[in-house]
Amino acid sequence: MKKAISILTLLTALTFGPFVSADDWDKVRIGVEGAYPPFSSVTASGELQGFDIEIARALCDEIGAECTLVQQDWDGIIPALLARKYDAIIASMSITEERKKKVAFTNKYYSTPAKFAQAKGAGIEISAEGLKGKTVGVQRATTHDNFVTNTFGDTVDIRRYGSQDEAYLDAVAGRLDLLLADSVAMADGFLNTPDGAGWEFVGPGYSDPEFFGEGAGIAIRKKNQDLVDKFNAAIDAIRANGKYQEINDKYFDFDVYGE
Amino acid sequence: MHEFLVESLSGVLGGYLYPFILEGMLLTIELAILSLFFALVLGLLGAVAKLSNNRSAKFVAGLYTTLIRGVPDIVLMFIIFFGGQLAVNIIGDSLGLDYIEISEFTAGVVTIGFIFGAYMAETFRGAILAVPRGEIEAGYAYGMTPIQVFIRITFPACVRHALPGFGNNWLVLAKTTALVSVIGLEDMVFRATQAGGSLRQPFTFYLVVAGLYLVITAVSDVGLRWLDKRYSVGVRRA
Repeated sequence: MKKAISILTLLTALTFGPFVSADDWDKVRIGVEGAYPPFSSVTASGELQGFDIEIARALCDEIGAECTLVQQDWDGIIPALLARKYDAIIASMSITEERKKKVAFTNKYYSTPAKFAQAKGAGIEISAEGLKGKTVGVQRATTHDNFVTNTFGDTVDIRRYGSQDEAYLDAVAGRLDLLLADSVAMADGFLNTPDGAGWEFVGPGYSDPEFFGEGAGIAIRKKNQDLVDKFNAAIDAIRANGKYQEINDKYFDFDVYGE
Repeated sequence: MHEFLVESLSGVLGGYLYPFILEGMLLTIELAILSLFFALVLGLLGAVAKLSNNRSAKFVAGLYTTLIRGVPDIVLMFIIFFGGQLAVNIIGDSLGLDYIEISEFTAGVVTIGFIFGAYMAETFRGAILAVPRGEIEAGYAYGMTPIQVFIRITFPACVRHALPGFGNNWLVLAKTTALVSVIGLEDMVFRATQAGGSLRQPFTFYLVVAGLYLVITAVSDVGLRWLDKRYSVGVRRA
C-alpha cells in the first residue's frame, strides 16, 4: 500500500508543474468516506449523512459551487484526489506533516477538543488547585496523557491504561474521579452508553495544537491553492453566519470547532 | 413471491442487507464475470504467443506473465487505476482537453482481467502442451490452417486439462474483486465497510459478506463440475 502510494506520488510529482488549469470552480467534486459516524455514514437506503457531509454541502453553498459527493474508501482517498477523481477531501482528515507533503490543507474545520468527565454532580473544579488529590484516568502514551502530565501533572494523580475501554471500566468501578479523552470518542464510546450513564463532561474543551495537532482539514491538490483559499473563506463565513453552529448542534452538544 | 422476499429481507441487519449489500453483491458478480471474459481472451492470446515460434510474441507474452504474476494485485490495482488516470490526465492536458474520467467499473474490469489473463495464459499453456502432438499433426496432415487446427483440435482437447487450473483462477478472481473497493467501486465489501461503520457492527457485516462470497464460490463449484464432466466425455476415470 505504502509503496503504491509513493509510486503514485512520484507519478504525480511528474504531472504537476507544467500544467496550470484555469478553473473557476463552479463545479466541485468532493471525496467523502461514509464509515465514520457521526461524521459520515450511510443510511440503509445508501444516502450519505453526518457532520462532514452537511459541512461539505454548506461550504459548497457558500462558495456557490455545484457539488458532487464521491464516496471513496479510506485507503484510496488521497491517491484518488491526486488522480483528479475529485477536487477536495472532506472526511475528518487530520492535518499532519506527513500528509502535507502530498496535499494542501485548508484551515481546520473542526478539532474535537479533549475534555474531562466526572461522575454526575461530583462538582470538581478543573484547575491545578481543584485537581489536587484527585485521580484521572487516561490512555497511556496518547496526546491526552501528554497534555494532562504537562499541564496538571504536579497536582493530580494520573492513572494510565493500555486502552480507553479499561479507563472507562475503572471509572464505572469507582476507582477514578475523572477521565480525560477525546470528547467525541468519549461521548460515543462511554457517556452515551448504558455504562457511562452516571458520568458527564466537566470543564472546558482543550485543543491546544501543541498537544493535539491542528485538527481536521480539507485536503486539496497542491496546485489548486485558489480552491484552498475559497474553502478557507467559506469556513470562516459559515462560522460567522451561524450555519456551522446549526449543523454542529445536530450532532454535538458542545462546539466541535475547538478554540 | 418477489414481494414476500423483499418484505422478509427488508428488516434484516438494520435494513442494510437488501438492497444495500445485495446490490453490492450484484456488482461483484458482474465485475467478476466481465473480468473473467477479458482474462480468458488475454490468457488464450498469451498462451498461443508463448508457444508460437515468433520471438517477439514470445518475449511480450513472457514479460506480461512474469511481470503481472510477480506483483501484488493491490499494487497493480493502484498503478493501473490511479496511474492510468494520471497518464490520461497528462495526455489530456497536453492536448488541451478537459478532464477525461476513466470509470471505476471499466478500470476494475480491465485491471482484474489484465491480472488474471496472466494466470490464465500459464494455465492454457500447460493445457495446450498436454494435447498429444500427434492429434495436432494429424490436423495439419489433413490440410487445415493453423487457426482451424486451434479451433477444431487444440482448443477442445485442451479444455479438459485447463479446467482444474481455470477453476482455481476463477475462484481467486471472484475473491480478488474485493480489492476494487479501494478504487471507490461500491462492491459488496465496500458496502459492508460502510454499513458496518455506520451501525458500528463491522464484524457482523464482514461475516455476512464472507457468507455471500461462499455462496458465489459454491455455485461456481457446481458449474465447474458440470463442465468437467462434459469435457471429460470419452476419458476413463482412474
